[in-house]
Formats: sequence, C-alpha cells, structure tokens
Amino acid sequence: MVNLDELYRQVIMDNYKNPHNKGLIKTDDYINIHLNNPSCGDDMNVSVKVVDGKVADIRHDGTGCSICCSSASVASKVLVNRTIEETTSLINEFYELVKGEDITNEELDEALAYQSVSKFPARIKCATLSWKAIEQALGEDNE
Amino acid sequence: MKNYKLDFQLFKDNPNLVYLDSAASSLKPDVVVDAINNYNSKIGVNVHRGVYNLSYQATDLYEEARKKVAKFINSKFSEVVFTRGCSSALNLVCSSYGESNIKENDEIIVSELEHHSNLIPWQKLCERKKAKLVYVELTTDGRITVENFKKVLNTNTKIVALNHVSNVMGYETPIKEIIDLSHEVNAVVVVDGAQAVPHMSVDVKALDCDFYAFSGHKMCGPTGIGVLYGKYKLLNNMEPIEFGGDMADIVTTTSTTYKDAPYRFEAGTPLISGAIGLGEACSYLSSIGLDNIKKHEVELANLCLKQLTMLDGVTVYNNNSNSGIITFNIDNVHPHDAASVFDKNNVCLRAGHHCAQPITTFLKQLSTLRISFYFYNDKKDVEVFINSVKEVVDFFGKF
Repeated sequence: MVNLDELYRQVIMDNYKNPHNKGLIKTDDYINIHLNNPSCGDDMNVSVKVVDGKVADIRHDGTGCSICCSSASVASKVLVNRTIEETTSLINEFYELVKGEDITNEELDEALAYQSVSKFPARIKCATLSWKAIEQALGEDNE
Repeated sequence: MKNYKLDFQLFKDNPNLVYLDSAASSLKPDVVVDAINNYNSKIGVNVHRGVYNLSYQATDLYEEARKKVAKFINSKFSEVVFTRGCSSALNLVCSSYGESNIKENDEIIVSELEHHSNLIPWQKLCERKKAKLVYVELTTDGRITVENFKKVLNTNTKIVALNHVSNVMGYETPIKEIIDLSHEVNAVVVVDGAQAVPHMSVDVKALDCDFYAFSGHKMCGPTGIGVLYGKYKLLNNMEPIEFGGDMADIVTTTSTTYKDAPYRFEAGTPLISGAIGLGEACSYLSSIGLDNIKKHEVELANLCLKQLTMLDGVTVYNNNSNSGIITFNIDNVHPHDAASVFDKNNVCLRAGHHCAQPITTFLKQLSTLRISFYFYNDKKDVEVFINSVKEVVDFFGKF
C-alpha cells in the first residue's frame, strides 16, 4: 500500500522547511556544480570543499519540490567529514536505497527516510539530484 | 454522453484509473489497436514496392489512411504528409520552406504561448539567417488577440507560426483572422494544431492556412505518427529534407528528381501501421462527433472549475479558457509534491512546464499542474480529482 505519510516523513519536511547548509560558496577552494531536471524544473547547485582527500563542507541552493530540496539538506549533513571514497560509497548506497534495495547502513542517518521514494518511482530523480551533483563534484574530472 | 471507457482495454483493466493527461497523450481505443494489429499480423509487408497482392493490400490500407486524414481536416489527399509527429511536421516546414525562403532581416512571428516544438525551430532558423523572431504581446491573462497581432505584423513578416489551441492555457487563437491578415502582407501561416485537431472540428480549407501540423497520439492514434498539411502548391515546390527510398523519381549517378508531394517528404519505409492506426482514429473520433467531444470536455472542465475555485489555497491560471484544459497550482505545495498525492489516488495529470517554458515564465511560475479532459472522462473523474486536491491541501497543510 502506497502511503503518503511514509513518503513525506517529518525528517523530510523539516529539512524542506528549515534547510541546513543552504547558500553557495564560490571561492576557489569550492567545486561548484549545477544540475537540473529539465522536465520538471528542479534546479540544484552544490558547492563542495575537499581538504586532504576529505569532504570538508557541502553547501547547496536550488529550487524544486520538497523531496529534491530536503535531500540536498540531508546530503550536506550526512556526507561531510568523510574520505572521497567513503562519500562516493554512501552516495551509491543512497541510489540503491531510493530504488527500494534493503539498505540499512546507519551511516546514512536521516537519508534512510528516503527509502519510501521507491514506491513513487517518478520521484527518484528528485531525491537523487543533489547527490548526483555532489558525486560529480567529487568525480575524477574535478580532482 | 455514452460511457466511452468501454472502448478502451486500459479502462477495462483499470476501472479506477482517472486519466486527466490527454493533452500530453490520449489513450488508444481498442479499434485503433486492432487496426494496427491487423496490419502487423495479417499483412506486415512494405508499401509502394512489391508487385504482389499483399503489398497492394498494404499500400491500399496506408493510402486509405491518408484519405481518412484528408477527409478529417477537409484537405486534398495529396496535401497530407505523414511525419513522425507534430514536432517533426513543424521541423519539416522550418527546415524546408523556412530554410529556402527566409533571408536576413525577415521577420517570423511567434508567441510565448507556443509549445517548444513551434518555437525552437524558428528561433534556430532566425539565428542561422539573421532574421528576426517577433513575439505577439499576450494579454494579461495570456491570450493572443487580433489587435496585438496587428501591432507586430508588417511587410517584413514572412512566416507566422502560432498555435491553434494553447497546450497550457487551452485558449483558442483567433487564427482565421490572423491568417487573413497575414495573407494581406503575403506571409505564410504555420499552425500548430496539436491541441485543436483532437478536440474540435478543424477545416484547413475554411481556415485557408498554409501549413497545419498535428500529432496522432493526442487524438487516439498511436505514438510515432503525425501529419503535416500543406497547400499543394507550396508543398510541391519545397525541397525534401530527407533523402532515400520511395521519395525519388529518377536517380542517376549524378542527379535525382523527386516524386511529387506528399511522397517527396516520406523517405524510407514509412510508419505504415501508425498511419493505419491514425486513419482509424479519425474514423473513430468522427463517429463520436467533434462537436460532441468539445461540448463534453467544456462541460466537465466547467463543472471542475466551479468546485476548484471554491477551494482555499488553489490558484487557477486559465479560468475562462472554454476548453478541456485547466492549469493551476496549489499554494505552497510544489507541483511534484502534489503530483505524488494524485498518483497515489490513480489520478494521472501533468506537473511541470509542459514543454512550454515561456508561458510558464509568463505566469511567473517554475512549474504548474495541468489536467485535461477528453470524451472518455466523466463526472466521477472530476469528483476523484477534487477530493485529491483537498487531500493535497490538508496533507501538506499539516507540516
């Protein structure tokens, strides 16, 4: 049974209404990436700072639905203070999670709330937009 | 109106489906599916080539479909070009007629109401030719008027490319007056009829338009097939944009002559089954009656609008469209968040910019919700939809 309360958990709506780490930083020590979903208008920017192979700070700013905007806030909290490898691995686990795979890694913390997105397949791209932008920022091209 | 849901296998399988996205793509009735299957399972061979009975049958069915389409829009048989869809029909006019006839400083008139497929081709053509893309100013409620059209029409205008009915606002453009005015300055008028042909009676001869494009899948036909109508004199003087089998007349090692229209524009094996399906869709819609269809849609939309506008927290952008299209937003709820509530209740609608970003920008929105009625919708659909809107307002209000 598809359940709205499950999709829109308090953690998601809290992060939507009161986002953390919002606002970009455009200085040279940050990698800035812009991604959008042209068909729906979700539009996301992230600024990622890497220091000594570790993700030191993630900032975000964009427009979109609650799933898209809240997941950027959650990602900015969950993915910091880790090595690039750890971060990339968590991002991949998040992709599996929203597709409905049985992921229980507690390191994902608040991001685990997005498991219910799998029941709304049209929303997977909303949930993953900011994570893809962060992944791109950490990609080989930007090293 | 009779219950047309019985004509669709999809509704037989999903009796609770509330399909309100026919402006994006209509559903396909069993008669159309059967006609396609009949060709594929019982004939399945190519047209215009084989000297054997099956091939004659295939050619007959394909050309019979062209005849049905011609009758449906009141054109001549040879003025119907089968294309991949409405976009490719509009691109064909632009790449062929536009490319040959537009010069520096010529003007092409469009509007912010256009679907991207009747905007981008002209935008790119103007870039290539250093021509001017001119926008008709819309009224505050987003309409094209004859008065505003007159302000931009002049002797430099060479092409006028406008929609017949807007896919976002549902407004009918005063296209007949616009065509007559355009002809006074010898401009050619290209009409995007994707949202008109499925929902109202369209007579291209009476309109006197030069080109008219529409797609099959919005009028109960299959995807992958569309039509470009063009006045024969224009069509038969246009360069093909694709070359290959079936479009050429005499081919030597150094030169090629073309077949007459419409065949010069149908290179390669055409979408035979798609054309047959579209022909059947024309017969099907005619049997219901386009006037009946239009009347039913407007009745349902008005019933729906009456209830929708009474709800707190709902903004409707096209209150007086006199069409089956309603574009709206629910205050403080992103259209995609709302769409998941509708999805849960088996209500299919569109959330986004509807491939018409300029009009969405005109409305000062990033995206909107759109419902669109067709002859198979009923009052029960309106009821489920309205209840879903209430659910959206209640659900997101609690956070």
